[in-house]
Amino acid sequence: MAEGSERAIWLRDLGRDYGDRSALAGVDLDLPTGASLAVLGPNGSGKSTLLRVLATLLRPSRGEVSVLGADLPRDAWKLRGKVGYLGHEPLLYEDLTGRENLEFQARLYGIPDDEASGRIDADLERLGMRRRAEYRVSDYSAGMKQRIAICRAVLHRPSLLLLDEPDSNLDPEGREAARSLIGRPADLGWRAESPVTRVAVSHDPGKARAEADQVLELEIGVAP
Amino acid sequence: MRSLPAMVLFAVTTFIIFRFGLDRTALSGSLASGVIWTTLLFAAVLGINRIFLPEREEGGFDAFRLAPVDRPVLFAAKAAVLFLYLVVLEAIVVPVFAVFFLPEWSGLLPLAVILLATNIGFAALGTLISSMAVNSRARDLLVPLLLLPLVVPLMIAATGATAPLLDAGGPSFDKFGTWLLVLGLYDGVFCLVGYAVFDFLLED
Repeated sequence: MAEGSERAIWLRDLGRDYGDRSALAGVDLDLPTGASLAVLGPNGSGKSTLLRVLATLLRPSRGEVSVLGADLPRDAWKLRGKVGYLGHEPLLYEDLTGRENLEFQARLYGIPDDEASGRIDADLERLGMRRRAEYRVSDYSAGMKQRIAICRAVLHRPSLLLLDEPDSNLDPEGREAARSLIGRPADLGWRAESPVTRVAVSHDPGKARAEADQVLELEIGVAP
Repeated sequence: MRSLPAMVLFAVTTFIIFRFGLDRTALSGSLASGVIWTTLLFAAVLGINRIFLPEREEGGFDAFRLAPVDRPVLFAAKAAVLFLYLVVLEAIVVPVFAVFFLPEWSGLLPLAVILLATNIGFAALGTLISSMAVNSRARDLLVPLLLLPLVVPLMIAATGATAPLLDAGGPSFDKFGTWLLVLGLYDGVFCLVGYAVFDFLLED
């Protein structure tokens, strides 16, 4: 259950259009801080769009959005730095090694070098990537990229995890290892400044319901 | 840096074509100015086209947008990289141009001032245009389509300032200060525009 009583995410009648096509319509949500939310729905129901709106990567077309106390899109700048986003793409530079990508990420987020180095080593060790982190990302398999992407998403110890099908490309061993970095808030092997809230898109309803405090089911073109 | 060898190769090849096309072993004045700036402009377009490509690959542009860094700082960082690309390009190809076409080299030092002032405008405008085009499928077409009309004032000032510096009888500084002022104004305008609108350009 939620560790805190404050709202992490509050949505009223959220909608997002792409041209004249509605990708998301009439979404309401009230998620307390520290809670875990599973977002379910068929392909095209707007799950990824919802996550991108919450991550400040897309502007909502309609409705009210408040995330960690920041009203979006107006206060998007307040939210950046508190969000750990894992999308369909790994968001890595192909010409850099896995470690170099993480070091660059640490500098972007203003993490001191000593602290960043410790976190990078610990997270890579958890995901079994410490040795392979010295290879260029262009030489990685999809699963290895996903492991580094997970390290990237949590390196700055975010208060809100936004995970779009986080198990993609991971083998069973990788899925188990990833739990300590992006699993349920109570299972995380790291701590943020405030209780961590988790929002995860999944195509596995059984597992998602077992891991989540709340479930949001989206349908194509229909408000939940 | 992957685009730099292509930019250099393009520029050197263009000089060779000019050399044989014009059937001249020496150029001076406005013709020399036209040749060098036409070549640098189109070589620069190659680099501008690719300045956001590493971010586009593997979705890195989203990582760029998620970063808790002020947008004007990101703009300044990208523009600074493009500026450095152009300085390196010119450090290689301007001496090649001099070897191919210039009997008199004393105008090269003041030309460096014009090159640096023009690079600032190129870098600011190029970063803006490239960030607008990066998510478009037609970005290879969009960059020149948007950039070339906007860069005309910069090119008029650069060629105007350069022509007297490359006169056959040695450099003259006719209207040098005026053209430099025009370049400075252009640079200032597009740096300010970049500062003001880059945040909006990064939005979806």
